[in-house]
Amino acid sequence: MTAASATPATPTHPVSGALTAADGPVAAALRSALSDDRVRTTATELGLYRRDASNIEGSAGIVCFPTSTAEVRAAVRIAVDHGMPFVARGSGTGLAGGATPLGGALVITLTKMNRILSVDPVNRLAWVEPGVLNLDLTRAVAVHGLHFAPDPSSQQSCSIGGNLANNSGGPHCLADGVTSAHVLAAEVVMPDGDVVVLGSEGGETDGYDLRGAFVGSEGMCGIATRICVRLTQNPPDVRTMLFDFDTVEAGAQTVSAIIAAGMVPAALEMMDQLCVQAVEAYIHAGLPVDAAALLLVEVAGPVHGVADEVERIVAIAREHACRTVRVAQDEAERALIWKGRKTAFGAVARIKPNYYLHDTVVPRRALPDVLRQVYEIADRHGILVMNVFHAGDGNLHPLLVFDKREPGVLERVHAAGEEIVRVSVAAGGVLSGEHGIGLEKRDLMPLMFAPADLAAQAALRAAFDTTGLANPTKVLPSPSSCGDSHEVPEGAWI
Amino acid sequence: MDLTAFAAEVATDDPVTIAGLGTRGGAVAGVRCVSAPRGIEWIQADEMTVSCGAGTPVDELSAALAAVGQRAVLPAGGTVGGALAVGRSGIRRLGDGAVRDVLLQARYVGADGVVVKAGGPTVKNVSGFDVCRLLVGSHGTIGFLGDVILRTRPIAPHAAWFAAPTDDPMAVFAAVHRPVSVLWDGTHVHVLLEGHHLDVVERAMRTGLVESDGPPPLPAARHSVRPADVVRVTAGLRSGTFVAELGMGVVHAAPDAIPPTAVDPGVAAIARRVKDGFDPTGRLNPGRAA
Repeated sequence: MTAASATPATPTHPVSGALTAADGPVAAALRSALSDDRVRTTATELGLYRRDASNIEGSAGIVCFPTSTAEVRAAVRIAVDHGMPFVARGSGTGLAGGATPLGGALVITLTKMNRILSVDPVNRLAWVEPGVLNLDLTRAVAVHGLHFAPDPSSQQSCSIGGNLANNSGGPHCLADGVTSAHVLAAEVVMPDGDVVVLGSEGGETDGYDLRGAFVGSEGMCGIATRICVRLTQNPPDVRTMLFDFDTVEAGAQTVSAIIAAGMVPAALEMMDQLCVQAVEAYIHAGLPVDAAALLLVEVAGPVHGVADEVERIVAIAREHACRTVRVAQDEAERALIWKGRKTAFGAVARIKPNYYLHDTVVPRRALPDVLRQVYEIADRHGILVMNVFHAGDGNLHPLLVFDKREPGVLERVHAAGEEIVRVSVAAGGVLSGEHGIGLEKRDLMPLMFAPADLAAQAALRAAFDTTGLANPTKVLPSPSSCGDSHEVPEGAWI
Repeated sequence: MDLTAFAAEVATDDPVTIAGLGTRGGAVAGVRCVSAPRGIEWIQADEMTVSCGAGTPVDELSAALAAVGQRAVLPAGGTVGGALAVGRSGIRRLGDGAVRDVLLQARYVGADGVVVKAGGPTVKNVSGFDVCRLLVGSHGTIGFLGDVILRTRPIAPHAAWFAAPTDDPMAVFAAVHRPVSVLWDGTHVHVLLEGHHLDVVERAMRTGLVESDGPPPLPAARHSVRPADVVRVTAGLRSGTFVAELGMGVVHAAPDAIPPTAVDPGVAAIARRVKDGFDPTGRLNPGRAA
């Protein structure tokens, strides 16, 4: 799917081979604490866990599969006792290398902790284990007329633990907020082996919002083993509309005008022409392949408000020279439209075999200008780019499409990617809207943050991880490694 | 906003406290006191964001935002900085979300007198660790807010409070679609509905709610309980002496009405390390707890 490199990574935290060997002390202790079959050390199995869905490769020393909080705690303690870094991993769908193990780290895989522990349909909350898949929770609570609001495009395969670690978003976060707004509490195995509950089901208890600080900490503050999430009532009515435009600018201006008119649609998604063409060839939904931009707008809520907003949004789109208006007539048509949006990344395989998906946020008003620059950058590097993004919150996802067998193409992809991040930040935006920093953007953090800002983030992390062994060397550039790319594995662009 | 003068006032060595309008606790007694800059920097209605000094009164901000049909999710009164530093949501949290989610970017003065930026200016951002979440509710113990960028929301076209007598408040709570607030005082539920006026009226009628003058007055103290325990916990309290926020696990009652929950020692240890990491000498709002 992405441009995996065959070159092994240079270890950043060298772990002695004696520790990670199949018959070494760590493996032996883990087998005793978990079970033989849930501790893996063969080269083939370790190879499967050397990366997440990014193109950054590391190396796993040992992979284990705990099934309880007690086992996670035992695994963390064993790792720390031996000075071995550990990395929590869910489904491995992360795109920034957050779950890539470095230097033979212990990978603690949480996919076997996948039970929904309790659902309170009246107060609308649930306790789940971290390995529960995002969409599985929504399906399980549908009977109560509820859903879990964060809905990343990977929701069929990503885990709620991973959503928590990355503070994930999704198309419907425009109206309902990102993961942080939907996580009430989490039981966490701290790097020192302590087990604490951060946050609470209700209220706003005294003390620091440690729950909030933990969400989005990319596995560097501990491992969540039980998570209390808020569930959201399904809307009585939903209308999904498609508008297409002759220019990207007209589409982007429509988005700003909708927001300025006091409406917050449930979703506001945009695709550019190349993307529409790829998706249409894939799903045959009758999308306008000659349009420069396609805008998907969904409004949800009680019927009168929805009808009123549909009318006003259609009028705004027409004012902005929208060419055609398509309102989904039934649930099947709505599902087809959303399938087009959510499978856009898969659809590009029809054009080129590899892609590199980016993630930055810019102010909505800067969208047309930044998109122009994105096209110009891709052009200059001779790379095909298509854009499918959360227009409502300015969250861009330029997709660089290429064939990695072309000599030198990866270098150009990485150079173009870094330029895209730089123009986004220069336009008043941020490094990442929902994928996180991980390794991918670690060394770009100084674009957004001064040394004092980074020191504050390091202080936050240090308050949680007193061992320095929880997914080390991610997110924060170490002062000594700034500008030194030797420590970053092959495949990262920095 | 230029925070140089504010940072110089906070300085680097001696104990220092901060106060806005004094509505949420104000300054620590007997300690040199500073105030955050006041004033709205900009309002970007089409971005749904606003930037202002932390010393800006919430009501001043609300009036300016109302002029463009928007509002910030902050409880009324006092200053923006005070509302964030205390971090308590109002009775609209069910519909609005929590105060802690409103802060997108903060620039604060740390214990070493240096201006630090946390978060970013856009409505969506996962760039690095979320220091903003630590600042909200920190009572000025890890840094003094200088200026902030907040998320705003449109003001709903129609809003109305409703009430109904009931002995089964959770049944009402379960039946209403996405209310902004549902309060229970022992004899009545009080429900705030917003949206299209026809939707508001229809939702109220379906649940047997009758339009009312507004929410009941709130008793002095605020207690946190599990949402599932609200009815059981308040069963022991006399009607009229409490107001519970259903679904939120907040009970407003007399200070001694509900025993406080003990803080877990593991959580206290993390909190101590946070304080030590951000303010090693304990000079910011000395003696105050987050």
